[in-house]
Amino acid sequence: MSPISRGFHRKRQEEPAGRVPPGQYVTKDFPVLSAGPTPHTALANWTFSIEGGQAPKSWTWEEFRGLPAETLTTDIHCVTRWSKLDTTWQGVSLDVLLAAVEYDARYVLAFCDGGYTTNLPVADLTGGRAWVAFGYDGGPLGAEHGGPARLLVPHLYFWKSAKWVRGLRLRDTDEPGFWENYGYHMYGDPWREQRYAGD
Amino acid sequence: MAGTAVRGRLTWQTATVGSVTDETPKVRTLSLEVPDWSGHRAGQHVDIRLTADDGYQAERAYSIASAPGEPLAITVERLDDGEVSPYLTEDLQPGDFLEVRGPIGGYFVWEPAFGGPLLLLAGGSGVVPLRSMLRCRASAGSPVPARLLYSSRSFQDVIYRAELDGLSDGVEVIHALTRSQPPGWTGYARRVDQQMLAEVAWPAAQQPLAYVCGPTSFVEAVASGLVGLGYPAGRVKTERFGATGQ
Amino acid sequence: MKALDDYALDGNAIGGLLIEVFGTEMTTATGTCGGCGAVSQVAELAVYRSALGTVVRCRACDAVLMTFVQIHGVTCVDLQGLASLA
Repeated sequence: MSPISRGFHRKRQEEPAGRVPPGQYVTKDFPVLSAGPTPHTALANWTFSIEGGQAPKSWTWEEFRGLPAETLTTDIHCVTRWSKLDTTWQGVSLDVLLAAVEYDARYVLAFCDGGYTTNLPVADLTGGRAWVAFGYDGGPLGAEHGGPARLLVPHLYFWKSAKWVRGLRLRDTDEPGFWENYGYHMYGDPWREQRYAGD
Repeated sequence: MAGTAVRGRLTWQTATVGSVTDETPKVRTLSLEVPDWSGHRAGQHVDIRLTADDGYQAERAYSIASAPGEPLAITVERLDDGEVSPYLTEDLQPGDFLEVRGPIGGYFVWEPAFGGPLLLLAGGSGVVPLRSMLRCRASAGSPVPARLLYSSRSFQDVIYRAELDGLSDGVEVIHALTRSQPPGWTGYARRVDQQMLAEVAWPAAQQPLAYVCGPTSFVEAVASGLVGLGYPAGRVKTERFGATGQ
Repeated sequence: MKALDDYALDGNAIGGLLIEVFGTEMTTATGTCGGCGAVSQVAELAVYRSALGTVVRCRACDAVLMTFVQIHGVTCVDLQGLASLA
């Protein structure tokens, strides 16, 4: 049994009741934590692709930035229990991107520069719930936070909002991505505290 | 396997804070009493664990500031957005408890038998394990020549300033103050660069042993700079502290 | 402003975790990358302490060598990226 260190507590703010999922604490920080070095893909070489549909579809950076974009304000929730409220983003809705592809797959594997992957149901990327975000807090998304573009799926734990995203692989089955392989939850709903497999 | 023998499995031990010493406005040394402390080597670190009354735990690694044979001491820099360092540098008082695991590390260590000449390169709080090496050298009466190149933001940020000023007997301390300098400062007033390394480092032909410690960007630049001066990679040991003090 | 690289550490930072997992001091052990063959002491490998787990990579080619995930007090260790560790 560890001795208590007098007066030590987790860094936290007062959280408005009901605003954050169970087990979460509000923070003003935006920690930078990555599983690998920050990629530096030149925009001239950047593409976003959707594979596994009727035909592969790909956008260059110019084409991607030519798509209709939205600004949104949302809360984000990390599986390590911090939540950040009222974050503002600019991005292209996955509804717009997926509308360009014919598919009947039910799942995707998002893939990224640096090799990171994460899995999601297609249903969670549509209906105005997911974006490929290129702007944060009024400016371009910084490389340390996943720029030039990252996946943004705020209704799931934030590890699903893959940094440096380069595309989606449509699949018929739900296969675990990088962290899901090691025991993190396949779906990751913060409101049901689905942090780990079996939760 | 080559390297340090570990006495039994590594376990968490309860430590009592013995005394605290403020080294600079943001840096504090904690002297820790650990009942069954097995001793340590210069350059090693300990893992520290804090437990809150709701069961929340946080762990961090800190380099040992004291020499082998001296009681365990760690030196902590307060990170403004940190979770643990503000507690350790501001709240913790003598008589308080925390948990300690260690000593840890068989790579970034020095003892007099390793020889030299010794080149120590510190970026900010990276000076902590290097100070342990210098204290080890002094208490052993080692004749190995040593040079410390120590980069700090300003004079007020120099940790162990008086102690380093008082070193003689084969040790040279060279400061680089990168952001601001006191009036009349004649020392280096910029970040460590290749020119400075060329001026300070022992010639490669003397087969020096180099230890580089500090933020990752500092360590990478200095280590590759030394290799550029002809130091074999195997004679340049590195320890990166990173941005979060972990 | 922190340099982006300041977020990466080295094997020294996980010395305690490695002793927990392997039962012995490992920072002086030698790892061979299964991807590019680069040989390095564990202390010199690139270590990323993500919120979700610790990823250890080859400095030469960035390949993932080791992954450590601790869930409910159990540590999952994946060494598949290493050709050898001695």
